[in-house]
Amino acid sequence: MFYIHCPYCQEYREEEEFHPRGQGHLMRPADPDNATDEEWGDYLFFRDNPRGIHHELWVHSVGCRKFFNITRNTVTYEILETYPMGEQPTITAESEKLRKEQGVQTADGGWQTIGAQPDSRALNEEISS
Amino acid sequence: MTQTNRIDAGGRVDRAQTLEFTFNGQRYQGLKGDTLASALLANGVDIVNRSFKYSRARGIVAAGAEEPNAVVQLGAREETQVPNVRATQQALYKGLVARSTNGWPNVQRDVMSWVGKLGGGFMPPGFYYKTFMAPASMWMTYEKYIRKGAGLGRAPHESDPDIYDHMHHHCDVMVIGAGPAGLAAALSAARAGARVILCDEQEEMGGSLLDTRETLDGVAAARWVEATVKELSGLENVTLLPRTTANGYHDHNFVTLHERRTEHLADTASEAGFAGESRARLHRVRAGQVILASGTHERPLVYANNDLPGNMLAGAVSTYIRRYAVVPGKKLVLSTSNDHAYRAALDWKEAGREIVAIVDARANPDGDLVRQARDSGIRVITGSSVVEARGGQRVTGARVCAIDLERFVVTGKTEELECDTIASSGGYSPVVHLSSHTGTRPQWNEELLGFVPGEVKGMISAGGVAGHYGLDKTLADGERAGREAAQKSGFSEAQITLPATRARRDGPACALYQVPHEKTALRAPKQFVDLQNDVTAAGIELATREGFESIEHVKRYTALGFGTDQGKLGNINGMAIAARCLDRSIPEVGTTVFRPNYTPVTFGAIVGRHCGELFDPKRYTALHQWHVENGAEFEDVGQWKRPWYFPRTVNGKKETMHEAVARECLAVREKVGILDASTLGKIDIQGPDAREFMGRVYTNKWAQLAPGRVRYGLMCKDDGMLMDDGTTSCLADNHFLMTTTTGGAAGVLEWLELWHQTEWPELQVYFNSVTDHWATMTVTGPDARKLLSELTDLDLDKESFKFMDWRDAVVADVPARIFRISFTGELAFEINVQANYALHVWKKLFEHGEKHDLTPYGTETMHVLRAEKGLIIVGQDTDGSVTPEDLGMQWAIGYDKPFPWIGKRALSRPDTVRGDRKQFVGLKPKDPSVVLEEGAQIVFDKEQAIPMAMKGHVTSSYYSPSLGHGFALAVVVEGRDRMGQTVYLPMPDGTVHEAEITSPVFIDPKGERQNV
Repeated sequence: MFYIHCPYCQEYREEEEFHPRGQGHLMRPADPDNATDEEWGDYLFFRDNPRGIHHELWVHSVGCRKFFNITRNTVTYEILETYPMGEQPTITAESEKLRKEQGVQTADGGWQTIGAQPDSRALNEEISS
Repeated sequence: MTQTNRIDAGGRVDRAQTLEFTFNGQRYQGLKGDTLASALLANGVDIVNRSFKYSRARGIVAAGAEEPNAVVQLGAREETQVPNVRATQQALYKGLVARSTNGWPNVQRDVMSWVGKLGGGFMPPGFYYKTFMAPASMWMTYEKYIRKGAGLGRAPHESDPDIYDHMHHHCDVMVIGAGPAGLAAALSAARAGARVILCDEQEEMGGSLLDTRETLDGVAAARWVEATVKELSGLENVTLLPRTTANGYHDHNFVTLHERRTEHLADTASEAGFAGESRARLHRVRAGQVILASGTHERPLVYANNDLPGNMLAGAVSTYIRRYAVVPGKKLVLSTSNDHAYRAALDWKEAGREIVAIVDARANPDGDLVRQARDSGIRVITGSSVVEARGGQRVTGARVCAIDLERFVVTGKTEELECDTIASSGGYSPVVHLSSHTGTRPQWNEELLGFVPGEVKGMISAGGVAGHYGLDKTLADGERAGREAAQKSGFSEAQITLPATRARRDGPACALYQVPHEKTALRAPKQFVDLQNDVTAAGIELATREGFESIEHVKRYTALGFGTDQGKLGNINGMAIAARCLDRSIPEVGTTVFRPNYTPVTFGAIVGRHCGELFDPKRYTALHQWHVENGAEFEDVGQWKRPWYFPRTVNGKKETMHEAVARECLAVREKVGILDASTLGKIDIQGPDAREFMGRVYTNKWAQLAPGRVRYGLMCKDDGMLMDDGTTSCLADNHFLMTTTTGGAAGVLEWLELWHQTEWPELQVYFNSVTDHWATMTVTGPDARKLLSELTDLDLDKESFKFMDWRDAVVADVPARIFRISFTGELAFEINVQANYALHVWKKLFEHGEKHDLTPYGTETMHVLRAEKGLIIVGQDTDGSVTPEDLGMQWAIGYDKPFPWIGKRALSRPDTVRGDRKQFVGLKPKDPSVVLEEGAQIVFDKEQAIPMAMKGHVTSSYYSPSLGHGFALAVVVEGRDRMGQTVYLPMPDGTVHEAEITSPVFIDPKGERQNV
């Protein structure tokens, strides 16, 4: 049973309040009509199944009903961060590899490191306009 | 029989309170403070069970959760039966009734034991699977008898009279185990101010301190336990949970605790004087820090006949003597590999019974306890071990040999010692189970000769489980763990003074698991590794020889550790034997994975209050009570209770479903019927981009839909497969009301949110479920307009209120929305009113409807009527692999819409455009009396040999009272090109139905009836 920090409610809540919706950051091809069958098939059916760092889409289904992303280690089940839609993860398989190579310790911030940096500010501004 | 093994002084039992109990039909007496196991031992009961596979006599081995043999069936009455109870963990109460789970006709004289004795040598691992292989179809039959023979207890056949519940907690520090380490940890964390939960599986807190020979601050250790528990219980930030087993350690420091609340007092809570309270409780704890202070389990030695009653763990002997005042025999031989076990001999001697000898595998043991034993005149035989136990129903002697540990052989001469009890100790295994639940592998510690917990985020292991042996070290480590946990939770250090211990010097232990025998393991008398599953050293050796090298494979082949005890005693010994046979080290062989639950948990506690009426929430429409009063039969649709049909009583006889449905169908087709359609999902959609959004999630066009108009829409996933359908009404230019299938409502709302939030956040649109706000009454049939016009001033004329229009209106003085849509093919009005007005309007409709013969109908009639019209039900006629094209609904696909809507691109993929897809058609059975089976497979050639080419299947099938014959909807390969062809439906009983492929619309193909 996960203990998940909802980036919208800003609170830890039990897994029972949430619903997993598969791999995060899936990009629907921008021009579906002109996508090849292979491109469309990849988008529809092919998913990553990494051992280690994975980014997933979840929804706070019986809470605020908002979708958000989780960076989770599929081996330890540790949730490394949660961040709203439209933002990018601060922890990735690459960053973890680099961290290990450089031997950098991160602060132990409880179960999850909160506060991913938004990188698509434009999108957020568009929503609020 | 009196309590022959009870000693007069000492122990934590109350000699003033005698308790009567029954075991295997025989009455006995025990004392308050006994466990069932200690009471049985006090009464000299040797055999408590028969073994799983060989039906060998088995006695009590241990004193705690690790007990493999004394697993009993508890309960005085049928409804209070509990299987899988360890007698060592069951407190004795007045009137307790228990029996062995195995043995026929009884455990003393067991018929199956002859099978084990005569056939034992022919029963290697995999015996049952190897022997009962053929014919394969008989396995289920064999298994039934094999299982019965194995005797693993049984579930009650009557309802449990007790209630159970759940409790949720958050705490800073969860301490598991209230032995020396756990108590010290709880005390230091609690004094620092942290919110602490301390749980312990035993009747009393204290763990090993309740039976230790050692003192704290110069007095009995139990005094310190008393004072500490008293202090903790007085602190507001501490919750004490005795008789509570931490059974599961899950992700993110989530711990499940099983608290037995009245099981130590009586069969049921009410008999225990707690009527109305729960018998057991499952605590669900989310902890900041978990301190694992679960201690160790002693390992028995593996020698020949080590399963005879009278073979026990050394530590258990001490526990029975010191805690329960029971000496489980008269003459003891102790076989050990370490110093700590010597206390069993000292306790035995002090209890006034004869100690024959201590047999120590080490050449030169010299610790304090060894000296103490020698000083008290006990004979110590060094460099030797008990290699074989003698006896039939109970140990009568021990054969002792000098052994060479390095070469794993017996060296010196044999000595026979007369005794009735053999206590053994091969060292101690930290109880790492809970840490393993998180997926962490335990780490081998060569110095300890045991596995310690691996690293788990948020967990601190303390005391024995962390490999800190010796009372002083255990206490200090517990204090450290508590301090660290409190600090991590943001509390400052607290001052605690640990009690003074007397230093004891223990010599080093030696590594001894299986004891060598003169004969090979295969020829020597059985040397048991896992007593509960009858796994022997020979079995493990054989498994490795047959090529099972991974310990996980050895486990599955031999069933090592598969019992309800999860191999608490046997696992490490089994791994050590596998390691020896494979010539590897124990860490190379590795461990198997322990999984929740640590000990069996009653289903009652898992279920809690979520049973009976509260098992699954039920949803009722606003009209439910009317349906009940009018005799409706109900159908579950999702969580909804929907009227299925309304049987009438005709000539004193209640209609069958078939009769009722036929009557209801004809009423709708000929006069007027009414359906409670309130359960349909309703989603209110608003915003300037609402219309654009609709165009993207539906396959058909929405740009031109004017306020006051309604349209049927199809919703696909992006793979082009139909996921839901329903009508959507334009309430205003930026305001729509979408309806969904009853079961799909929540999923569709989440689907809309998904696309809005993740793909098109720039669209300004908002969704809200209004399913429960509106009640929906469908008035349908040729007389529908006549009836409705009596209750509303709205102009219902065919020209001013067209098919697929909706209007605001007042119906029976209540504001309403009326939708002129039809799911029956007849003239129909769906009246939506605020849910709390629904009953009033419904009753008014019936007041006025009497003269029109208004007939209420249920979901079954609804299904027949819509199927006659070829209208699909998503999830019944579709299954996630059907496109709108397959359904022949090209008219509802807007290929030329500007935005590439969900599902569009997939409809031109090679798989969705291939010619041999299954298409939606009607089927008319050749025999008009036949109603085809839903799900029946369709073939084109009835003579084809099996396996026949399956070309489709029936999705819906009913008898049509209007048509006077059965009819069906189906999907058939290239079905639309096969109109008029004959297909065949072979049934399991050998009959083959014939049917003709037709249009799916059976009644009014031009749709004139709904347009009147």
